[in-house]
Amino acid sequence: MRLSRRSALLLRLAVGVGLAFIYIPLIVIAIYAFNASNILKWPPPGLTLDWFPKAIENELARDAFLTSLKAGAAATAIALLLGTLASLAVARHRFFGRETISFLVILPIALPGIVTGVAISNTFTQVLGVDLGLFTVIVGHATFCIVVVYNNVVARLRRVSTSFEEASADLGAHTWQTFRFVTFPSLRTALVAGGLLAFALSFDEIIVTTFTIGAGEETLPIWIFRNLFRPNQLPIVNVVAVLVVLISIVPVYLAHRLTREEGGAATGRGGAVEAEATAVP
Amino acid sequence: MATEAVARKRSAGHRLADLFHGRPRLQVGALLAGPIGWLVIGYLGSLAVLLIAAFWTVDPLSGEIVRGLSIENFETLFNEPVYRDIIGRTVRIAAQVTLTDAVLAFPIAFYMAKLASRRGKAILIVAVLLPLWSSYLVKVYSWRTMLSTDGVLNWALAPFGLHGPGFGDTAVWLVMSYLWLPYMILPIYAGLERIPDSLISASEDLGASPFTTFRRVILPLVFPAVVAGSIFTFSLTLGDYITPRLVSNDQFIGNVVFNNIVNNLPFASALALVPIVVMIAYLLVARKLGAFEHI
Repeated sequence: MRLSRRSALLLRLAVGVGLAFIYIPLIVIAIYAFNASNILKWPPPGLTLDWFPKAIENELARDAFLTSLKAGAAATAIALLLGTLASLAVARHRFFGRETISFLVILPIALPGIVTGVAISNTFTQVLGVDLGLFTVIVGHATFCIVVVYNNVVARLRRVSTSFEEASADLGAHTWQTFRFVTFPSLRTALVAGGLLAFALSFDEIIVTTFTIGAGEETLPIWIFRNLFRPNQLPIVNVVAVLVVLISIVPVYLAHRLTREEGGAATGRGGAVEAEATAVP
Repeated sequence: MATEAVARKRSAGHRLADLFHGRPRLQVGALLAGPIGWLVIGYLGSLAVLLIAAFWTVDPLSGEIVRGLSIENFETLFNEPVYRDIIGRTVRIAAQVTLTDAVLAFPIAFYMAKLASRRGKAILIVAVLLPLWSSYLVKVYSWRTMLSTDGVLNWALAPFGLHGPGFGDTAVWLVMSYLWLPYMILPIYAGLERIPDSLISASEDLGASPFTTFRRVILPLVFPAVVAGSIFTFSLTLGDYITPRLVSNDQFIGNVVFNNIVNNLPFASALALVPIVVMIAYLLVARKLGAFEHI
């Protein structure tokens, strides 16, 4: 497109302002993690590394971190299993109601978090008589993580031709052998990417978590949330916040690298369109 | 003995494989049993429970849940001005956030799709994608510090004799626009990528000014993608209660749901149906506008 120099410059400026808008809050919190004062006043009077060992030594934060890891790992495992099964059915078979599967899978993330949270907590406490705890958190997280694995694996299955699987069957391999030696190897990176994103999503989630977690437990985001209102804890909160950003950004970046040929990780939320975009020549 | 066990195990696997061989329906059934069980019975089932629980009430004396069929919760929602205000405020902010994000996202998406080099495009995609996925709570918390009296915003505006909006509706609008911006950039970018450059050149060759090309060619073609992005900005705003809790003292739908979950679960359920109804209506309109091809 031909743009006058002035409009091209203005557009570039708008992009710069937009990116600054996106990143400034993350930079601000990163600077506060090194704040020499324990009061959040801008600009910080000086910088220090003191809060890092204090944050790492904090028992409750460490427990919360472990709880988050457990919840994330379990939710990811369930999402990997269910997401892969659903994607194999949709991408490799024709059946009545096939189009509804993608809608069903995306629903838990398309509906507002409070809806999913209240619905799941309601069902456990009122209908099934199950007390809220780590288990109910895992169920909630797994439900909205399925879409991430599903989208990644479906995108991959659509790229890999079925003729390899047919050849394998023609050469006498049975169903498992074909899956084990032909389908699975071609899915490997998509599964890793889907798993990483599911983990990141679970690790970062707070809204569904607040509705499904038991009284005695906290995930890392819940720990942060509860300590936000205690001024003397804020220096530690800032450090934990920076660690959370790093822990959730790394898997997303890796997943993006792994699925670059499909135009980046198909995410289920806004990101799914990206895979679509590159699929169109 | 060990080899015998392996042989038996393998033959069991073989037998199962034989069972599935040439029976596509059985294969589909086996593949879908888990996912369908989880999502239909588990998830849709709990949404159904939510719908039913909205008609329950709480006995004012004992605090026990009465599992009846009463429209009391809905009457409260419609008749109490407090709740009407809360629903109105939430939907209004959702609309404001959506408009703001559409305006902010467009230049970035346009630059990514039509002007950036290959490498620049790859970098911008990662730059937009990473914050979409990470650290929701940290971002809201950061805005809380930035908007506070001693925060960055007041510090940056002070030399101009200005000050930030402080906590309140404006802060919620600002922070939510910030949070959901990447959700709008990516669909618009994808929509713009689909518009062939030749179409834009043709418009220019026929003498249209850049503004006319934008208004008559680009905008109509990219509009469904904007609507697709707006589904996320709208839905996420409707359901968020953390942001209002951190940067405002006003109540939003999510806050009331959360505050009632322990003491009045039926009322919380009834109120949680409001975002569902609004979103269903929104999705129906969005489908009419052709947005579903862009999600």
